[in-house]
Amino acid sequence: MESSISSELQHSATEHVHDEEGNSMFGFIVFLLSESIIFLSFFAGYIALKLTATDWLPPGVSGLEVREPAINTIVLVSSSFVIYFAEKALDRQNLWGFRILLLATAAMGSYFLWGQATEWRGLSFGVTTGTYGGLFYLLTGFHGLHVLTGVLLQGIMLARSFIPGNYEGGHFGINATSLFWHFVDVIWIVLFLLIYIWQ
Amino acid sequence: MTNIPIESIPVLGKNPLPPAWRKYFSFSTDHKVIGVQYLVTSFVFFLIGGLLSMVMRAELITPESDLVDRSLYNSMFTMHGTIMIFLWIFPSLLGLANFLVPLMIGARDMAFPRLNAVAFWMVPVFGILLMSSFFLPSGASQSGWWAYPPVSLQNPSGDLINGQVMWLLAVAISGVASIMGAVNFVTTIFKMRAPGMTFFRMPIFVWTVLSAQLIQLVGLPALTAGAVMLLLDLTLGTSFFNPEKGGNPLLYQHFFWFYSHPAVYVMVLPIFGVFSEILPVYARKPLFGYRVVAISSITISVVSLLVWVHHMFASGTPGWMRMFFMATTMCVAVPTGVKIFAWTATIWRGKLRMDTPMLFALGAILMFLFAGITGVMLGSVPFDIHVNNTYFVVGHFHYIVYGTITMGMFAALYHWFPKITGRMYYEGLGKLHFWLAFIGTNLNFFPMHPAGLMGMPRRVSSYDPEYAFWNVLASLGGFLLGMSTLPFILNMVSSWVQGKKAPANPWRAIGLEWLVSSPPPVENFEEIPVVIAEPYGYGKSEPLVSNAAAMTQEA
Repeated sequence: MESSISSELQHSATEHVHDEEGNSMFGFIVFLLSESIIFLSFFAGYIALKLTATDWLPPGVSGLEVREPAINTIVLVSSSFVIYFAEKALDRQNLWGFRILLLATAAMGSYFLWGQATEWRGLSFGVTTGTYGGLFYLLTGFHGLHVLTGVLLQGIMLARSFIPGNYEGGHFGINATSLFWHFVDVIWIVLFLLIYIWQ
Repeated sequence: MTNIPIESIPVLGKNPLPPAWRKYFSFSTDHKVIGVQYLVTSFVFFLIGGLLSMVMRAELITPESDLVDRSLYNSMFTMHGTIMIFLWIFPSLLGLANFLVPLMIGARDMAFPRLNAVAFWMVPVFGILLMSSFFLPSGASQSGWWAYPPVSLQNPSGDLINGQVMWLLAVAISGVASIMGAVNFVTTIFKMRAPGMTFFRMPIFVWTVLSAQLIQLVGLPALTAGAVMLLLDLTLGTSFFNPEKGGNPLLYQHFFWFYSHPAVYVMVLPIFGVFSEILPVYARKPLFGYRVVAISSITISVVSLLVWVHHMFASGTPGWMRMFFMATTMCVAVPTGVKIFAWTATIWRGKLRMDTPMLFALGAILMFLFAGITGVMLGSVPFDIHVNNTYFVVGHFHYIVYGTITMGMFAALYHWFPKITGRMYYEGLGKLHFWLAFIGTNLNFFPMHPAGLMGMPRRVSSYDPEYAFWNVLASLGGFLLGMSTLPFILNMVSSWVQGKKAPANPWRAIGLEWLVSSPPPVENFEEIPVVIAEPYGYGKSEPLVSNAAAMTQEA
């Protein structure tokens, strides 16, 4: 009986060792949780400086335009659903559906980046304009870097989908890309509330 | 005798010939090789940091500032602190954990071997980056290891590449490497444990590494955020922390200490693990209260995230904040007290064997007890404000970082030396090292307490002559401490080259790492062990694994 238990355990051991995909996903989630703390720190800094500042907005600035960023937000948040359906398409082995949906996600991400760049160009304050200017560009810029990373990851995943046998080892790459994209989205929602809604 | 021609490097695992030294200079993904790489690299930096401190002690032997330039003195204490924390304690503990954790949990390697190697190779990169700042025209950073603005924002030279910028870049790279390491350790411990190795069968060392790495994951990003903002202030001219332009320097202190206080627990927790491994072996008794000790490690990491403002009692923090953080700081004494109690109970009426690792462990616990008492003293607001920024604080934390952590590190190095190298060290040299280090540590750091109570401020190169007596004592202790590393180096080098061959388990210790040969084969276990008992079964004569024969078959 002892030996049957141990052989059973042995079986689960070999599974354990070969579950590299599971390890990678676990590690990636741990990494994202840690990464979210950088954002939380920036948010905390933003709130602290805003609450203690004597002159918050730079002279001549009355606030931020909300309409364009709101459209941007809608595009970015909807792209989270698009990449979700892309994942589902891959699970159903619908390779072309997956590629088209992934391309759509990347396009929506790029639209967001373009919208962000347009907004930056139209602003009357710079990164050295008081703590407000610094924080605005720090938060949106750091998030923008994550969006850019997400779009690049999607591009890599799209290119790799043309390699024969790419999915034999599992779907870790696309699952991680998708999770990262959801993460970037959730961060943006908090950021949007903090910077644009709470003025 | 050791000039083995390169051609005859043995096929790995074939003969128990000495391992080819070249693998330690390669991009190896074997956790054992990476562990040794970490240990040796960090020890080199330990010697550099130690030399800096001995120059400082030489300066302080007289009240006048007469040995080095004042600004160089500033750079020296800044770099001494930074090197000892980021290039000695962190990487040496990572080296120990790298070597031991996969062996202790019955895994063949870490979860992400390549990430592991990349994280290690970032250490020499940022180490050299940091060192090179000494050669800049404006010299190395002078703002202390905590780099508070507005001091750190001064940049009198006006150069874009100055010591402070180099310092921030080095700390940032160190942070990235640490996060890689933390992700790797947490994943390894959660996902790679051998069958039967439940959480409550893990050795305490693994528990403490897990607790420490969880702190890294939660705390380090806050320091990264603060460092990024400081770097932008310094290079782009933003004003997050610059009070002249409406910024708030206190915010940086919050970012810094939110990580850097828990960082103390990142450093000391694995050493608590080392104590918990070593005491049962040399007392021939099970660890007292294994589960409680395990849980107290996790408790320490949780509480440690809520105590950071005790470094800022003198920074104009509001009264309620001081009260709150004073209370939480006192709370840390509870789980640490539990551990001290458990260690005492473990050696109580044990058959003590006073070998070098045991001497170092007991000496370190004794000094930790003292540091813990002064720590509770410093945790109380009125006392802290009295001795704030004096040598009392310096004395307190050196009892932790040297008396506890570095002495504990030596205990670990002696204890696992046979496992790591396959050779025995020389016991006599080890004992000599211990007594020199133990006397040196106390002679160096104890006099700092009375000097601090008298009011001697830290970070000065000249001081009032009334503090001279204590400083002379401390300097003598410092030089003795420097000397104490010589027998250690002699012992390690000569034992590794020509020491007696070590058997698999020279200490009759219980643990998976002692079931495999010394040094362990490349893949550690022929067959993954199946664990059937809790650790520390000393005096119980029950087997630890059900397949001991199969897992150590001739590799």
